[in-house]
Amino acid sequence: MTSPAIEVAHIVKRYGSFEAVKDVSFSVADGEIFGLLGPNGAGKSTLIRMMTTLIPLTAGHAVISGHDVAREPDAVRRMIGVIPQALTSDPDLTVEENLSIYAKLYSVPRAEREKNIASVLEAVDLTKWRGAQVKTLSGGMRRRVEIARGLVHNPRIFFLDEPTTGLDPVSRIAVWEMLSKLRATRNLTILITTHYMNEADKLCDRLAIVDHGTLVALGTPLELKHNVPGTNVVEVHFDRETEEWQQRLEQLEGVSSVQAESAGYYRVLTSSGSKTTMQLVELAASLGESLTSLSVQNTTLDDVFVHYTGRQLRDEQVKPPVFMIPPRPGMQP
Amino acid sequence: MNRMFAIVEREMRKFFRSPTLMIMSLMMPILQLLIMGNAFGGKIVGEKVAFVDYDHGPQAVKLREAFNSIAVNIKTFTTIEYTDEVQAREDVRTGKINAAVIIPAQYSRRVYAHDAPVLGLVVDDTDQFSSSSIESEMQLVINSLTAPVIQPRMASQIALEIVELYPYINYMKFLLPLTVALAMYISVMIGGGMLYIDDKARGVHEGYLVTPITSLELVFGLNLAGSLKAILAGICLTVIGSLMAGLGTIFHLMADLELLALIIAGSIAFNGMMFLLMVRVDDPLVPRAMFGILNVLLLYPSGGMYPIAAFPAWLRAISVIDPFTYCVDGFKAVLLKDGGFVAIQYDLLFLLVFGVGTLLIATPLFKRTM
Repeated sequence: MTSPAIEVAHIVKRYGSFEAVKDVSFSVADGEIFGLLGPNGAGKSTLIRMMTTLIPLTAGHAVISGHDVAREPDAVRRMIGVIPQALTSDPDLTVEENLSIYAKLYSVPRAEREKNIASVLEAVDLTKWRGAQVKTLSGGMRRRVEIARGLVHNPRIFFLDEPTTGLDPVSRIAVWEMLSKLRATRNLTILITTHYMNEADKLCDRLAIVDHGTLVALGTPLELKHNVPGTNVVEVHFDRETEEWQQRLEQLEGVSSVQAESAGYYRVLTSSGSKTTMQLVELAASLGESLTSLSVQNTTLDDVFVHYTGRQLRDEQVKPPVFMIPPRPGMQP
Repeated sequence: MNRMFAIVEREMRKFFRSPTLMIMSLMMPILQLLIMGNAFGGKIVGEKVAFVDYDHGPQAVKLREAFNSIAVNIKTFTTIEYTDEVQAREDVRTGKINAAVIIPAQYSRRVYAHDAPVLGLVVDDTDQFSSSSIESEMQLVINSLTAPVIQPRMASQIALEIVELYPYINYMKFLLPLTVALAMYISVMIGGGMLYIDDKARGVHEGYLVTPITSLELVFGLNLAGSLKAILAGICLTVIGSLMAGLGTIFHLMADLELLALIIAGSIAFNGMMFLLMVRVDDPLVPRAMFGILNVLLLYPSGGMYPIAAFPAWLRAISVIDPFTYCVDGFKAVLLKDGGFVAIQYDLLFLLVFGVGTLLIATPLFKRTM
């Protein structure tokens, strides 16, 4: 049996009295794409920074490719490629210059440097942009430069901290495809942090859900979804909001939980989507109420997150504005 | 070593790719040299002096002629006729005129009678430069008027014979050593301090820290790059400034070598100091806020603008540890005095010890983790 690429055991990170990471343990197998899913401030970046030697561990230990992070940080650094959350390639330098400087920082021999740069540029589809200054590239292309930069020394394990944040949907999908291809062609183990459910669902072989510094769930996306009671999610929007809807919906057959999203809008977890849908239509008709919309879908990672943390991921992401600019007089609402 | 040079390569590529830093490092010192060099170096001309004559005798006429001669020749001041001493004093007070000469009644008689003749001079001493210029011109006039017509065979007073070692140094030339040091300091401040903290804030250092680069390689790489930028700024300003000020020292090979040694030592000193100040800073606002404070604290006590001998003790204490002082002193010795290596050896020694010392203190303070 081969040893795991990443093994994290009971790691803790404390800043004074604040515990950013609380006794987290997991392991990542060779060649696996592993996701750390959680809202902003959950401790994902702290976890990744501990594993990549950027911040010291308060307690526990992490072993990366057979090397202890605390005792052999240099050996760990040689094994890993890291893409931080921010775009940190030099905008004034060309794509090739950025890669060349990082190859030198990793002490890649001169003979291999040219070959590696050509190979990673081809892998991220930037060969024809090798002479372009990074500042002239689009956001998606700059992210690809970062990915190429992290691979220029042929690492075995690749850490990406929210690699698609700020990208448009097309660029995001392009990054997913690229990472899957890189894993296959370079036999990479990839650890990725994200707060996008669909990204975690589509890209990761296994997931760890992190909330408030604690690992709350671990498994494949399918396993995690199966753990949620109910196999379907019915989203229903009533024309008129009344106080009784929540209670009435909970009493329907097969319903395991009801979550009020906004006025008249409910998300219902049920063991049978079709049966609940019919009951809902009948209930609305008998009460003389009308439905604005109704949809049935399979359980998503959103539901998994709600199940394990008791709240929605987007509650954390969408913060209410602190200050509202009053409308100008005469402006249409 | 390769990793250290990768840091240097990155910094220098950025530096040459974006000429703003170079231009900004040179622009302020050049403007300072141009404006302050011309503003402070000139002679006072065109001042207005009231002439209040209560005597109207032959000696008063002689004085009037002497003042008229100043007005058309050296042009320090022109005289304006006043009839009332009180009005003249009031006009000096309100700034209409700069001074007033009062010739009292019986002045000519007293001159001929050797009866302690006195002239009055009212000056606006809130402006020391103008008032002392008028006073000194006035004194010259009086000295020439009171000089004996026939010189005595034996001089009764001790004479001082002044030997000036160097040709006349105008203020622009005097200011050049400070300006070169300032260019190096600005380059270190922007190209070293500010960019270092900006890179930290942008996450560039996070990228470095996940590579196998050692703390020492990173510190020396960043400092070598910072010093190289300052050296380039120093060389550019020495050449441009010398040409502007009309100094030909740069055309002598030995002087060039001495200047290069000073520029290198000064750059290391400024860079070491800046790195020590910034090594634990994370907020990009800090170097910007410190820029002005450090500028005042280090530039003015250096002796580049005003002699250190005139400073109070606490200000002299700052000069003693201020690398600007030794930079300015060294550049003066080479650019203005052609003093050779002997004249700059202690300046070089201090700058190198200061640079290496600050770097040695800063290195263990540098955090290899975030």
